[in-house]
Parts: sequence; structure tokens; C-alpha cells
Amino acid sequence: MPIGNLDIILIAVTTASACALPGVFLVLRRMTLMSDAISHAILPGIVLAFFLTHSLSSPLLILAAGATGVLTVVFVELLQKTKLVKEDAAIGLTFPALFSIGVILISRYASNIHLDIDAVLLGELAYAPLNRLEVFIADLNPLLLYVILHIQVQLQGYFSFSFDLGPMSLYVMGVLLVLNLAFIMIFYKELKLATFDASLAATLGLSPVLIHYGLMTLVSMTTVGAFDAVGSILVVALIVGPPATAYLMTDNLTRMLILSVVIGCVNAVIGYWFAYISNVSIAGAIASMTFIVFVLVFLIVPNRGLIAITRRHIRQKWEFAQTMLVIHLFNHEGLPEAEAESEVAHLHEHLQWEPTFASRVVRYALNNRYVSQKAAQLILTDRGRTIAQQALVQ
Amino acid sequence: MDNFLFLTRLDYTLIVVTLGAALLGTVSGALGTYAVLRRQSLLGDAISHAALPGIAIAFLLTGSKTPLILVLGAAVAGWLGALAIISIVRLTRIKYDSALALVLSTFFGFGLVLYSLIQRSGNANQAGLDTFIFGQAATILKRDVITIGILGGIALIIMLILWKELKLLIFDEGFAASLGFPTRLLDILLTSLLVIAIVLGLQAVGAVLMSAMLVAPAVAARQWTNRLNLMVFLAAVFGAFAGVSGTIISSSTTGLPTGPMIILCATLFVGLSIAFAPNRGLIWDSIRQHKNRRSLKIAVGRLMEGPQQESE
Amino acid sequence: MQALDSKAIEVTDLTVAYQETPVLWDIDLDVPPGVLLAIVGPNGAGKTTLIKAILGLVRPAAGNVLIYNKPYATQRRIVGYVPQRGSVDWDFPTNVLDVVMMGRYGALGWIKRPGSRDRELAMHALEKVGMENYTTRQISQLSGGQQQRVFLARALVQDATIYLMDEPFQGVDATTERAIISLLQELRENGKTVVVVHHDLQTVTDYFDWVTLLNIRRIASGPVKDTFTSENLRETYGGRIAFMKNR
Repeated sequence: MPIGNLDIILIAVTTASACALPGVFLVLRRMTLMSDAISHAILPGIVLAFFLTHSLSSPLLILAAGATGVLTVVFVELLQKTKLVKEDAAIGLTFPALFSIGVILISRYASNIHLDIDAVLLGELAYAPLNRLEVFIADLNPLLLYVILHIQVQLQGYFSFSFDLGPMSLYVMGVLLVLNLAFIMIFYKELKLATFDASLAATLGLSPVLIHYGLMTLVSMTTVGAFDAVGSILVVALIVGPPATAYLMTDNLTRMLILSVVIGCVNAVIGYWFAYISNVSIAGAIASMTFIVFVLVFLIVPNRGLIAITRRHIRQKWEFAQTMLVIHLFNHEGLPEAEAESEVAHLHEHLQWEPTFASRVVRYALNNRYVSQKAAQLILTDRGRTIAQQALVQ
Repeated sequence: MDNFLFLTRLDYTLIVVTLGAALLGTVSGALGTYAVLRRQSLLGDAISHAALPGIAIAFLLTGSKTPLILVLGAAVAGWLGALAIISIVRLTRIKYDSALALVLSTFFGFGLVLYSLIQRSGNANQAGLDTFIFGQAATILKRDVITIGILGGIALIIMLILWKELKLLIFDEGFAASLGFPTRLLDILLTSLLVIAIVLGLQAVGAVLMSAMLVAPAVAARQWTNRLNLMVFLAAVFGAFAGVSGTIISSSTTGLPTGPMIILCATLFVGLSIAFAPNRGLIWDSIRQHKNRRSLKIAVGRLMEGPQQESE
Repeated sequence: MQALDSKAIEVTDLTVAYQETPVLWDIDLDVPPGVLLAIVGPNGAGKTTLIKAILGLVRPAAGNVLIYNKPYATQRRIVGYVPQRGSVDWDFPTNVLDVVMMGRYGALGWIKRPGSRDRELAMHALEKVGMENYTTRQISQLSGGQQQRVFLARALVQDATIYLMDEPFQGVDATTERAIISLLQELRENGKTVVVVHHDLQTVTDYFDWVTLLNIRRIASGPVKDTFTSENLRETYGGRIAFMKNR
């Protein structure tokens, strides 16, 4: 296995983790579409910063684009505040406009520089490791210089001016991952409260607005950091997919955060391997894997999964029908119409049940001793009466 | 003067492209109105992204680049995407926004996988997939215009025939159902019309910008009128104008891609409408507030004067 | 007199469940023609669900609904419906007259557009609710009470025999409330049957002649003076309405 692969996996896993963490709060706060908007709207910020720095990996670029992202959020909120545009329309207006400006800037002023829309939009993980973080020895302080030189001389036996410390994206995403983790750990309580009860948070003096913009800043910066490696549309899959999958599995916020990171990493690794084996787009494969894993979890997860729900449904259908039967009998017990209402033969007419269904419910109810049969009449047993009363009281 | 040189170059290609863009603007503007009123503005975004794998599969299966076949593939995939969103919301605890973002990005990712497969076989450009991601209005041919005209025309005619029913569906679904209209079916029909508008528009403005093609004309139109029929009409006009002006501006200078120019024109209409439209517009609103404040001041002033006069 | 023993609405053994949670348990309800009936119960008692089940908007797990001895689907034209005011977007680009004309859509059937006769009927209904001067007003510029009047006019224009109304007094001013109740009483005088989901226990005896007490199951149903007893109310609301005792 060539070393480039390990780099790609490392970048993918770091990016997935960095995206999943703030994603959890976006999913819970129903703001995931903001990440979609931000990931497109930062393009003009990237382009302008690129004109200034002539580099795609400068920290300034991330800051500038991050600022554009926050600006997008502010702009969408301002549009909403006019009451002339609803939230969804405000998002749907803002990001295409900003994206358009970015595209025009590129094609008008930057067509000969290395920055194409393909890369911004689609990303190509395979190229991410090519952009290395190289440290020039002259920049380092003398002590470090000595150590490095020492190792260098020992290892390679000849003198080199630059030193490869690994792919640039890995460092960028690593820093962002640490930032996100730190933000969440420091403001965990505030984030939790602002997410589940913003008004309570406000009365307790934990400014939900500040938390909101803090989160949006992180999302913007993470998106910018990730777009270089995975493209702006996959960023959305990384931000939304794993938290949504985790949300199917747990109610506990801490567990959801951990699960999201784990799922994000699993998606990234499996997606990468699939892409590697079949030689297709890595970013695309990871996104596809995100959906497949979501669907799989949705099918098999205990309690909330489709299979569990269906099985419970079938079981409860008969229990429910028996409860309906005893309640029906209970409601008419001792009343003049009781005789007519409790006739086995006419039950399906009263309850609008299929005759076969009705007779099956009666059979179950008889087996369970909820009712007893006297000639053509169904009579509630004490047990059946208790069940009816319990169901009605709840 | 230089800017007007393009007028002398009003050649056949430009006329075809402009006509195509105008038709697309009309269709997406009119049908986008319904998406905006139902607060499904971003459903268009999801459908346009989800359409990508459909285009790739249609090409992989048939090897054909005929617009009708690609549009059909896009429509099927776009529909599946919309269905996936609805199912996720209905069957799980995942909310609408997350379901939308998930489907949008992962379907698009799957499209990329297929796209890279096609690329490997060496005929990516033939598939014109780039066109559908980024939009390439300049590549619109006569046969595309015919496809747009026929399919878009059918969609608009259906919209007009079922005008009353669709209006009732959007305004008050429960009441529509109580009158006996099959709301589920009408809902499916409306989404289908939206899908048609989107897959037609993909070629001109691309998946990323398509949502604005639906949303912007409708939002601009909403500011000028309080009637649905006028809103739909104005949205169609704004859409057509955005298509035409965007195409002409981009053809007049190099380095101005058509799709983004169309979107910027449409956004400009929104900005102007929000600022200047009578009754709803911001400027109008601030003038009214100013007047109110002044008349309030006068009234307060009179009140203050009143007792003084009495005491005298 | 056939009219006496025929029932306007007959609900038998109706159970409605959302997923596995029952919302209504085995409801029996007979509504005689020409009554003004309040459906009363605490929040989550299933009042709105009952109305929706009668209208066929939710599918029951068991039981049956008959309108004058026939299923609802064949009797749509004689049933008018006033949904909760909050169920629609009042910023929708349409005006008062247009909303009221929607009440004619059922009679018009598919594709056909409303004509001058429908406009006349709508104008007439608007006069009834005192909104005839607001025909071209955009609906977002109406007060809550005015919005409710418009919804009422839309139901009137359906020219139904039975009216089902979901919280028509929700968030309306006192004047509108009085206007609405006198209108409902006028409908009853004309032999119509009016079923109203109602919230305010204080006004039940003044406004209505029949009442149904509901809390997942039917507690009681009948003429107000026999049915609206503190005992029944306690059973409906639990211990939370001690203040009703001296009524």
C-alpha cells in the first residue's frame, strides 16, 4: 500500500470527525440547511482571500472564508427579519447569489490561477496529500534546528533545506478538530441548554445568541477547511450524515457526539476503501456510504429501527385490537344495547372489522381469558374489565 | 460603446440560447411560486442535486446524450430524492431540514461516483455531466429549446388547468381534503411539476444555482402583489427577464459565465423588489413609519397643549 | 316524522390511533339534527381528532361514521368545515373574497372556475358575518377575529346541513365572539346541525344546547342541562376543576 493512501485515510477521518461534532448541534437545532448555505456561500470569501495570499492553505483564507460564512448567516437572518421573505426562501436566495459572485470572480480574474470551481465544489481527496506542509529550516529556532539537522543527517546522510511534515490538510483539519472539540467541551452546558431550551438559557444569562454565532463561526471555518479536501457538497454529507445516523440510535447528547464521530470515521474509511478498490471518486464514495450506513442503521437499530417498529407493530396490532374489543364490551356493559353490541356474529359490523380479523381477535381474547363466550354473546371477564379500565385511565 | 457591440453579433446561437433561458425562466419562475408558498424553497435544491445520479445512470444505460433521455433520468432520480426526504421525515425522528441536507449531499455524492466511472471510460464530456453540475447555458441547442418548450409547456398547462385545486391545496390542505379533493395525489402532481421545472433548468444554471431560479422570481413577485394569479405571472416574467438579461450580459463580455449571471440578475430583481415595491417594500415601509411617527408627534403635541389651554 | 329518529351524525365504536398511541377509544356519539353541540374536554382529549375522523381526514382503527345514515364520502356536499384558524398561512397571497369562494370549490368540482353566481353567494356569506366591506383586503391584514369570520363565511357558502367547527372562538375579540355565537344560533334555528370544538367551560351553558364531554373516551353526551354536571366534568378533567362545583 503506497503511503499516500494512509495520508488520505488520515485526512478523511480527521475531516469527518471535525465535521461531525458541530453537525450534532446543527441537526438538533434544525439548522443543517445553514451548513449547506455556508458551504456554497463561502466561495467569494475564498476567492478574495486567494487573491490576497495566492495560497489555498493560508490561515488567512480560512479566516476570510469563515467570516463570509458568518456573514451569510447574518444576511439570511436579516432577510428573515424584514418579514418579507420566509427562512427557507431566504437561505435559497442567499447562497446561490454569493456562489454566483464567487464563480464570476474566478472565471473573470482567476482563470489562469490554480483555483477551479470543480475542486471547490466536488473536491478530490486523492489530491489532498499532494499539498505538503513544508518547513524551511531557516524559520526554525536554533535548538530545533540542531535536533532536526541531527536527525536529518543521521537518517539520510545528506543536507536538505526543507522538511516534509505531512499533508497540509491534515494539519488544518487537525487544528479545526481540536478547536471544535475544545468549544464543545468548554461550552457543553451552554450548548446543551441553548439547543433544548433557548428561552431558559437566556433567562439564566447564558446568551444563546453568542452560542449561536460561536457555533456558526466554527461551522464556517470547518467547512472552509474541509472544502479543499472533500469539496463543499460532501462537507454537508459529513456534517449532517453521521449526526443524523447517531440521532436514530440514542437520546443522550454525549453519546450522540461520540457516536457521530465514530460513524463519521467508519463512513470515511469504508467509503475510501470502496473508492480505492473500484477506482471512483473518493468524496462521492464517502457520501454514498454515509447514506447507506444511515439506511442500514435505520433498518436494524433496536427500538427505533424499521424492523423493530414493524415487528412491534404486528404484535401490538393484535394486542390493540383485543383492547379495543374489551373497551367496546366495557362501554356497553349493563346498558340496554349490550346484548346486540356483544354478539360475536355482528361484531365486525359494529367495529367495521373484516370478519376474519374480528373472529381472530375474539379467539385471542378468549385464549387470554379477557372474555368468555355464552351462546352467541361475549361477556367480559374480571381480567378483561381491568384491562379496559386501565386502558381508559392510561 | 464596446458593450453594445454584441448587438451586432446577435447571431443564431445567441438567439437560441436566449430563447432557451427565457423559457426556462418562465417555467421555473411560475412553478417556483408554489414551492416558495409551501415553504419548500430548498426542496428544489435537494431535487436538483439528487438528479445527478439519474443523469449518469441514464447515460450509462443508453450511452445517449439526447436531452430527453438525460432529463428523464434526472426526473426519476430527483423524484426518488424527494420521496426519500418525505419517507425519512415520516418514518424516523429526523427532521425535515436534516433529511433534506442528507439526501441532497449523499445523492450528489453517488452521482459523483458514477461520474468518475464514466470519466474513467473516457467519454465524460460526451455525457455533458459537467453541464448539469455547473450549468452551461451556452451549450443549449435547438433541440434543447424544443424539449424545454414542450415539457415546460405541458407543466404550465397542467398548472393552469388545475389552478383552483392547487391553490386550495397550498392554502388549506385539510379543507381541500374535506371537500373530497385527493390531496395526496395533488401533492404528488405538484412535486412532479416542480421536478420537471428543475431538471429542465439544470442544463442552463446547474444543480447548485437551480434553487435560486425557483425561489428568486417568486420572492420578487410576492412583493408586488397580493394575488396568486398575478404573483405566478410576475414570477414567470421575472424569471424570463433574468434568463434573457443574464444570457445577454454574459455574451457581451468574456469571463462572465451565463448561469451565475442569470442568478445575479434574478437576485437583483429580488433586491429591487424588497426595497422599492409599494406597500410591502422596505422604503415604502420606512416612509410610512416616518409619517406615523410624525402624526403621532403632532397628536401628542396637541395632547400636551390641550391641558395648558384649559388651565389658562 | 322521519326527521326525528334520523341522526345527523352517528359515530359508532370509533377508535383512532396515531401509530400505537390511541387518541380516541371506542367513541359512540349520536348527534340529533338541529342542535348546537359543544365538544368539550382537556387538551389532548382528541376533540380535533374526532372532528377530523368524522370528516374522513384521519383513518380510524375501528368503528364507523354515518352522516344521515350514509357514509361521509357520499354526503360531503351537506357538511361544512371550519378548520382551526392557525392551520393555514395567513400571508398567502389572496384576499377575503377569494378565500370565501373556496367554499364553493366542492360544489364546482374539478377544473371549473367559480363564476358570478359563486361570487354572489360569497358576497352574501360575507354580509352575514359582517365582512362585506373587506372583500379585497389581503388576508394577512385581518385581525384574528376577522380571520375567523372569513373562515366562517367560507363554511356558510358551502350551504351545508351540518357544520363542523374547530375552535371558532380561539383568539377572537368579544364582539366577534358574540357575532359568531348569534350566527351559530341562527343556523340552528334554520334546522342546521352545528358541532363546535369548544374550550371555554364558562360559556357552555349560555351558548349551546347539547354537549359532548370527551377525554380519549366519551364521558357523556346529551342536552346541556342533563349532561354538563360537575360530576361529569370531574370525570372529564380529573380533579382540576374544583371551581366548577358551584355551577
